[in-house]
Amino acid sequence: MAEFSLPANSKIGKGKAHPAADGATNTRTFKVYRWNPDDGQNPRMDTYEVDMDECGPMVLDALGYIKNIIDPTLTYRRSCREGVCGSCSMNMNGVNGLACTTAIEDCKGTISITPLPHMEVIKDLVPDFKHFYAQYASIKPWMQTETPTPTGKERLQSKEEREKIDGYYECILCACCSTSCPSYWWNGDKYLGPAILLQAYRWLADSRDENTGERLDALEDPFRLYRCHTIMNCANACPKGLNPAKAIAEIKKMMLERQV
Amino acid sequence: MSLKTPLGHVRGLGSAKSGTHHWWLQRVTAIGMLLLMIWFVVSLIGLRGASFEEATAWISQPLVSVIMLVLIGTAFYHMRLGIQVVIEDYLHGALRIAGIVALNFGTALLSAACLFSVLKIAFGA
Repeated sequence: MAEFSLPANSKIGKGKAHPAADGATNTRTFKVYRWNPDDGQNPRMDTYEVDMDECGPMVLDALGYIKNIIDPTLTYRRSCREGVCGSCSMNMNGVNGLACTTAIEDCKGTISITPLPHMEVIKDLVPDFKHFYAQYASIKPWMQTETPTPTGKERLQSKEEREKIDGYYECILCACCSTSCPSYWWNGDKYLGPAILLQAYRWLADSRDENTGERLDALEDPFRLYRCHTIMNCANACPKGLNPAKAIAEIKKMMLERQV
Repeated sequence: MSLKTPLGHVRGLGSAKSGTHHWWLQRVTAIGMLLLMIWFVVSLIGLRGASFEEATAWISQPLVSVIMLVLIGTAFYHMRLGIQVVIEDYLHGALRIAGIVALNFGTALLSAACLFSVLKIAFGA
């Protein structure tokens, strides 16, 4: 059965409180999910009061402030700090997004930060992406051709053909969409999820690729593709403003086109 | 414990090579249901206040009987397709297989009962 409550060792307890430094007047409160695989304890929510006069405007800035000034044990992923790498994807006040492009100002009240939903946690805010990346590898995200590469030239594509992958090539694989999808929560072992299906469509839509049929064959499956029930959480969650649900609908149309 | 690689898990038993037919028939039966239900609801409104005899007389007309049979077939087939998706979503392992078997048996039984009722009225037994 689908699981609607957390297993005993995942139940979240009350954590430590870290009040703001003396004299701080402009503060915001952050409740951050903490779990250490080495101490045998259940996860907890630690509370940090951040002095906003000393902190940048984004949630990632607050995490940096917490790690640098308050509590160096906090663990999270980040790299580019400008919405290009997709490393700092997490759940902020119940909404998946990138910490670096989410303004603290746009988050109401106490800001609750947890790892991406329904992912196994490695530590604190760091989820385990190995299954997600294996799913990505399974769709063979590279150009596949029979025709040999033209000598001394690139493979040509018209302007119109190139436009067909607009809205798809921009995906940064942050997994905000997949981990917001209930279908991916219940059947993520087999369902590829919105991010991977959007990537699959990016190659199906590429005029230079010659393995469209084989790609569709691999997706023709009640679980890999057809667990999408157009819930649309994916389109809501995408920090790049992409629409994975549309990509999935396009794949379904291609499936139909070759048999009806 | 398994030392199988993540990619090995994902590739698993490969693609089932099905799913599109199920998905397509769900849409086709949905369009059918839309048209049939409009007809059915309008007909029921026309029958309001009718006696049992008048209602059975209405059903026993050949055209009405045939459309009722099509409606029952479409409705139960659409229901079977839809509930299968729900079972696949929420049940796993042996429970999933048992659920799908029970769904097929249940659909067969209930639709046969409905079809029989219409035929019985139509042939006036």
